[in-house]
Amino acid sequence: MPGLQLGTRRALWAYAFLLVPLAFFLAIRVAPAVSSLYISLHEWNVISPEKPFVGLRNFVTLSRDPKFAQAAVNTVRYVLAGIPVQLALGLAVAMLLRRINRFRGVFRALYFLPFVTPIVAASWVWQWMYSEQFGPLNQILVALGLPAQPFLRSPTQALYGVTAMVVWQYLGFQVVIFLAGLEAIPRAYYEAAQVDGASGWYLFRHITVPLLNPTLVFSAVYSTIVYLQLFTQVLNMTFGDQGGPLAGTLTMVLYVYQLGFQRFKMGEAAAATAVLFVAILAITLLQMRVLSRPVEY
Amino acid sequence: MRVVVAVLVAAIMLLSLAGTGTGQQRVSITYWQYFFESKVKLVDQLIKEFEAQNPGIQVVHENFPYDAYNQKVASAVPAGQGPDVINLFYGWVPLYVDSRYLQPLPADAFPPAQIEREFVPMIKNSKFDGKYWALPTAVRSLALFYNMDLLRAAGFGRAPVTWDEFVTMAERTTVRDSAGRITVEGFGISPDGQDHHLIREVLFRQWGVAPYSADGRRVTYATPKGAEALKWYTDLVTQRKVGVIGFFPGGSGYRDAFMAGRAAMIVDGSFAIASVRSRTKAAWGVAPLPRPSVGGEASNFGSYWVHGLTTRAQGPRREAAVKFLQFLVSEPVQRRWLESVGELPSRRSLINDPKLTADPIFGPFIQGLGYARATFFIDEVAQRQVIVDAVNEVVVNGKSPMQALQEAAAKEQKILDEFWAKRARK
Amino acid sequence: MALEARLAPRAAPAVLGRPRRRDPGAWLAYIALAAGTVAVAFPFYWMIVTALKSPIDLFDLRLVPSHPTLGNFTEVLTRTQFPRWFGNSLVVALITTLSVAFFDSLVGYTLAKLRFPGRGLIFVMILATLMIPTEMLVIPWYIMSSAFGWINTYWGIMFPGLISAFGIFLIRQFMSGVPDELLDAGRIDGVSEFGLYWRIALPQIKPAMAALCIFTFLGNWNAFLWPLIVIQTAHMRTLPVGIALFSGEAGSAWHLIMASSALAVLPVLAVFAVLQRQIIEGVTLTGLRG
Repeated sequence: MPGLQLGTRRALWAYAFLLVPLAFFLAIRVAPAVSSLYISLHEWNVISPEKPFVGLRNFVTLSRDPKFAQAAVNTVRYVLAGIPVQLALGLAVAMLLRRINRFRGVFRALYFLPFVTPIVAASWVWQWMYSEQFGPLNQILVALGLPAQPFLRSPTQALYGVTAMVVWQYLGFQVVIFLAGLEAIPRAYYEAAQVDGASGWYLFRHITVPLLNPTLVFSAVYSTIVYLQLFTQVLNMTFGDQGGPLAGTLTMVLYVYQLGFQRFKMGEAAAATAVLFVAILAITLLQMRVLSRPVEY
Repeated sequence: MRVVVAVLVAAIMLLSLAGTGTGQQRVSITYWQYFFESKVKLVDQLIKEFEAQNPGIQVVHENFPYDAYNQKVASAVPAGQGPDVINLFYGWVPLYVDSRYLQPLPADAFPPAQIEREFVPMIKNSKFDGKYWALPTAVRSLALFYNMDLLRAAGFGRAPVTWDEFVTMAERTTVRDSAGRITVEGFGISPDGQDHHLIREVLFRQWGVAPYSADGRRVTYATPKGAEALKWYTDLVTQRKVGVIGFFPGGSGYRDAFMAGRAAMIVDGSFAIASVRSRTKAAWGVAPLPRPSVGGEASNFGSYWVHGLTTRAQGPRREAAVKFLQFLVSEPVQRRWLESVGELPSRRSLINDPKLTADPIFGPFIQGLGYARATFFIDEVAQRQVIVDAVNEVVVNGKSPMQALQEAAAKEQKILDEFWAKRARK
Repeated sequence: MALEARLAPRAAPAVLGRPRRRDPGAWLAYIALAAGTVAVAFPFYWMIVTALKSPIDLFDLRLVPSHPTLGNFTEVLTRTQFPRWFGNSLVVALITTLSVAFFDSLVGYTLAKLRFPGRGLIFVMILATLMIPTEMLVIPWYIMSSAFGWINTYWGIMFPGLISAFGIFLIRQFMSGVPDELLDAGRIDGVSEFGLYWRIALPQIKPAMAALCIFTFLGNWNAFLWPLIVIQTAHMRTLPVGIALFSGEAGSAWHLIMASSALAVLPVLAVFAVLQRQIIEGVTLTGLRG
């Protein structure tokens, strides 16, 4: 039967294409992850040769550490505070960029600058911007007669201060993704709708948004995965008192890093990573199910 | 498929941990330290001389960014990689010894009695089970850096001797803008800089409290006197308002502020001398840390980076490594170190040199070394965080110093208990 | 939404690429973008300004340097190993980008356009690899590198990044928008399975490929932790590892960090300038379907 043979041939080609990449992922990502799971069940001091099996003790220790809970809560806060803003701003800027006719390249480059700025330099500048004594943000507040804010010095405000910086950094990334997505929508659809007398809002809601769905899904899912693993930005923004003040900006990966690389408790770090992985997987699958929409014409 | 790969990876891990020694005509040993330009240059030079004196030995010198040094070691060890001689912070030695990463210095090359005679008393901190596990080329202590121009402008002709004088001078040198915000600090306060050492080994003791028990196993600073000391410190921010935590951003913000002329005084270590010298515009000086009263208790925190012998160094490599170690802590090398790097030598003969003790910059640090204590750290990162958090709880959250101190003591005691319990199990 | 009101009457002509004079909608867009640029580019401006200050003036808190100097740049370029770090980073980033461009697009195409058992599972598995932070993988990678002799080599620095799950995810989304009719037509014409990918599907997603190349290059350019771990000697250091040397026990040389960071941005901007046209003006005739 020709149909079956065709399908099988194509499947074989698919496996052929996937062979090297899958082997790569298995060796580079999956195997180490599995060994990490193995490590989480042991008392694994990085530089000690003795690594006794301790079952679930590392997980129990984590559940009793208030910093672990704090890191988890903070990580979720970062996601809820940052993702909607990032997506909305990214889409807005992308659409504005398509609206103008001149200096497009210049604007695109300018909005992309934050994403290419090395994190060490960017963090230092942002810390200065937030400075209660010297920063321009507080100068503006004071000029308006409002009280100066501690921003990064406040355990409650610091997280949002760091989020703003991360949104700023990823704006360029978001814009580029949306530009690519918007570009892929054929003008024919817009033209046809215009012939029928459709307004701008109608165009946006019934053509742009639905056809942008795969891009939106990608942006939302990928950004969430990134935010759930936020680390470098927090480290650089709070270098003297990492994750502070008072664990106010602590994220899961920073917690893991401190535990494993600075205090050499790899077993517990691996356990925390396992918990994080399960959380990310669950959230991602949920997102993809909820957000993905097939498009009808 | 996954199981096969996992088993392969585990097998590779085990094989690498077993380690292999290479036999060569010329014995090659590796030395690791963190990157510091003057140190790297000097060590390269010293290695050339050492190799000339010892033709059968080759020393490979590798260095890494300071902020990530610990991470570098953490990854090298499980892979069976790493140096024969390693430079590490003295506070990491208990962890490394316990993890069997270091081997004790051979008693014939480094007789303990001789070490105790020749080196500053502080290094007894690196002695376990009656053996020495590492030795330093240089040591450091704390002192008060002060901006002479700012003090003079406020009407003071010298550095403070007592803490009361200190507070007065700090208050008079603090400058505020029209909105009441501090633009020049009287004291560049920084709990996550050197101040947590100041609190632990200086303030607590000066207020009459020993921070830890004699065997180092119990936390003893959670007392009313301890709370007083902490309160005195946090009052600098909340009551006297002579300083702001996080005034300048970054872990070294307090030093940046001092160098920029925006902090009249800071507490800092002798390792900062070279930096301060090159980047401070104003006239500046160094004074011993103040005390509660003129004749009162003097106390200081000393620390040092040591060279240790790793368990990777076996056979001929061990001999070579021992020779290199002896070279590194020898008197001529320490003298060169002082000249080129600007760090205080660890040998008594050099530290007590009258020229050095009379030096206006080095003198106060050497004076402090005389009564300095080096805290017995189990987990320096976590223990530092405990004190930093305590300060923040009082300053930011308004907790009472006694409560903050009790919580800190509980947290720190847990860290110590874990370590000693593990030790007892072996 | 005000934005949509602005877009209302003129939306069609602008999208069709015929510029109109006296286009108030476009003018509002210019103003909005310009205002945003100030906020967005200000930190970068501050970085450049700091790079132009001498170490003594570093903290004078002025937004315009009083005595601008190129001294920091000359120090970075001549008295440090910056050129070496730059070269190493360039090699690693370019090769990795090429590898990712090929493999990721092939896998993305396969997952989007070919039907085979286990497709969904494989996609989820690849996606799942994004969920493990790199920090936990560096030690197994180091053990692997040590066993195979890859320590302190270009291959050692590059190998974890040669195929990226991020790229596969991105390409798969965009490939799903390539009309099946195009591929079916190709099959009828006798194009090979690989040819369907290489000659028909791939050209359809140029914007996504350009984006992928930019991000992969950038990600590699700024990568820090793994290169730090696998590099042993001074001459193999990549840019971020080299710049980390400007921070030490006695604080950071911010003037040098800013100068080297400013210089480090240039190649990325160059790659962006070259590829960004593809993202916007790349010819696409496809519809995007979920």
